[in-house]
Amino acid sequence: MPAMTMIEAIRDAHAVAMEHDDNVVVFGQDVGYYGGVFRCTQGLQQRFGSHRCFDTPINEAGIVGAAVGMAAFGMRPCVEIQFADYMYPAYDQIVSEAARLRHRSAGDFTAPLTIRMPTGGGIFGGQTHSQSPEALFTHVAGLKTVVASNPCDAKGLLLSAILDDDPVIFLEPKRLYNGPFDGHHDRPLVPWSAHPLGDVPEGLYTIELGKARVHRAGSDLTVLTYGTLVHVAHAAAEEFGIDAEIIDLRTLVPLDTETVIESVVKTGRCIIVHEATLTSGFGAELSATVQERAFHHLEAPIIRVCGWDTPYPHALEWSYFPGPDRVGKAMLGIMAS
Amino acid sequence: MNSDVDGNHAALRLRIPEPSRRAGPDENAALFLSNAGEARRPDLDEKVERIALMRKQMVRVLDDDGAAVGPWAPEISAEHLRAGLRDMMLVRRLDARMMRAHRQGMISFYMQCLGEEAISCAQQRALRPGDMHFPTYRQQGLLVAAGYPMVDMMNQVLSNSHDPLKGRQLPVMYSSKDFDFFSISGNLATQYIQAVGWAMASAMRGGTAIASAWIGEGASAESDFHSALVFASTYQAPVILNVVNNHWAISTPEDFARGAAATFADRGFGFGIPALRVDGNDYLAVHAVSTWAAERARSNLGPTMIEWITLRSGAHSTSDDPSGYRPDDTAATFPLGDPIERLRQHLVAIGQWDDARHATLSDEVDGFVDAAFQEANSNGSAKAGETSSAATMFDDVYATPPAHLLEQRSQVMD
Repeated sequence: MPAMTMIEAIRDAHAVAMEHDDNVVVFGQDVGYYGGVFRCTQGLQQRFGSHRCFDTPINEAGIVGAAVGMAAFGMRPCVEIQFADYMYPAYDQIVSEAARLRHRSAGDFTAPLTIRMPTGGGIFGGQTHSQSPEALFTHVAGLKTVVASNPCDAKGLLLSAILDDDPVIFLEPKRLYNGPFDGHHDRPLVPWSAHPLGDVPEGLYTIELGKARVHRAGSDLTVLTYGTLVHVAHAAAEEFGIDAEIIDLRTLVPLDTETVIESVVKTGRCIIVHEATLTSGFGAELSATVQERAFHHLEAPIIRVCGWDTPYPHALEWSYFPGPDRVGKAMLGIMAS
Repeated sequence: MNSDVDGNHAALRLRIPEPSRRAGPDENAALFLSNAGEARRPDLDEKVERIALMRKQMVRVLDDDGAAVGPWAPEISAEHLRAGLRDMMLVRRLDARMMRAHRQGMISFYMQCLGEEAISCAQQRALRPGDMHFPTYRQQGLLVAAGYPMVDMMNQVLSNSHDPLKGRQLPVMYSSKDFDFFSISGNLATQYIQAVGWAMASAMRGGTAIASAWIGEGASAESDFHSALVFASTYQAPVILNVVNNHWAISTPEDFARGAAATFADRGFGFGIPALRVDGNDYLAVHAVSTWAAERARSNLGPTMIEWITLRSGAHSTSDDPSGYRPDDTAATFPLGDPIERLRQHLVAIGQWDDARHATLSDEVDGFVDAAFQEANSNGSAKAGETSSAATMFDDVYATPPAHLLEQRSQVMD
């Protein structure tokens, strides 16, 4: 299998989907001629023509609103919001329109569209290029929310998202585009070519939405996480000598409750890790789910290690980011209680 | 309070519009009325600069005597006109019956389109099956003129066990793909950019169908309106951009959405989109300009904006009481008159109609609506607790219900 970066894997998923179905169109700001500011759509316009992959005005509501109309027509648009931080003008179109169209029309009209957006910090992007707004989507009935943590998953999940008959929010942790970033910002980044998950199957490769992946098997405790923090948790477990079972959720809604509960029942301890702000974050939903379904198996209170409840600070980014040190100390703490 | 540094400027003062429309008919002077037949009829591919003036004029076909005059007078058969008259009368009777049902406590909510019937009815007959409308909540005429079963409209309004939307939507938020009527949202303006997207898709896929976007003048202040114009203009989407100016956004006069522009059609001009103002109470003008705009779209000449001048003669909805914010004689003094009466007058003027035939049609329309309501009513109503089953609310959230919804559905069933 060819080694790919996450960018290459996403590019490949687009190309395979466009090859597979003429109804797949790709557009967004700087997406066409230039191939996207992160280059995730590079080469698509040249290969498929400017009617299949094109640039748009700077207008997120327009991008998603037009995509809803195209999807209602019968197409399968896959659009890019340049940074998740810029999706707010499109939020009404996502929440009130795409998510509810099937239900409010009793199946008469549907919105099979995919909305990709780079998320997360770690690139000194400040408060407008670093956000992780997944909880703003997981709270909305009718949406599916996916977060990829590696090239192999990114391809399989994105293809599933595009082929899915419902609207899917596809979040791409931008810090992972070029390597499995583990939170050690002062060390050189390991490339994906040196990581087993950089091996990406060719062709129409899909991963079922709603299925988590056991990233690292272990017996001491369970870490529920997704995106960049999968690799941070992995580093923490290795560095702090904890035999952690790390669950990469991959899809937040619908959630793979079975895999989550199975692991917590096995280990009896649960840490939830995400980069998004703590309060009302997706970790709260995970914590409630574990408490409701595995309370009697818990040997310690659940711990959440998350972004602080502040805007993402530019120069203080690494004080905000829940790095391996914070995660590792939480692991030690929960093992001691 | 503020002292001016250079002594040349008084303190800044914010302008809050104080529309004279609240006070009565004087404001009708600002309608920029043109005489019937006065506006010229441009070629389909005429440059937008050459027809710039049409955003300030008003295309009118029917004169005060009911004659069809000028270059926009369409070649429509008397049979079509009589069908159009019946469409409008059906809509008005439907509205009246539903308003009564609300007063009788049979339904929770309703929105009539009293006085605006010509716009949706005439445009529906100017477009083709397969062209998709993206309506607001005041285009019930599109469904009626397309022959959608009225009993299903009533089933929806009653939210009963036969409601095609299974009790999920407020009354009047219809949806029918088969009748080219996109699901009504209730969040204003969202459909406008969606219509543009649908039209772009039709062009991308090499189709022949066009889209028709609908919005009220008040909702045109929303950002999605701007999105729609940017996209329609940039990609030259085959779409008709209708702005129904009925002068009132609940209690707020049009001035608050229009700002200092002279007309809403001005908005189109700024995007290089041909924009026309049209007498929306003139069935013939609506049909003619809709046909022109549809032909432009279908000929790959891009979008057209049409500002339809009309009047919301009734309340915004059953939850609204206009006596608190506008004169009671607002409809009586409106210079564009009543669309049904004007088409009736025209048919009489051309010798294709008379009082006896009108009375017969009126009785037929009343009977049709009453029979439909009787049938719909026999399917029960939400007020009487006869709805779709609670379990059905979990359907159509997703194509296939995921585990958490199945679990919640089983809890409802317990």
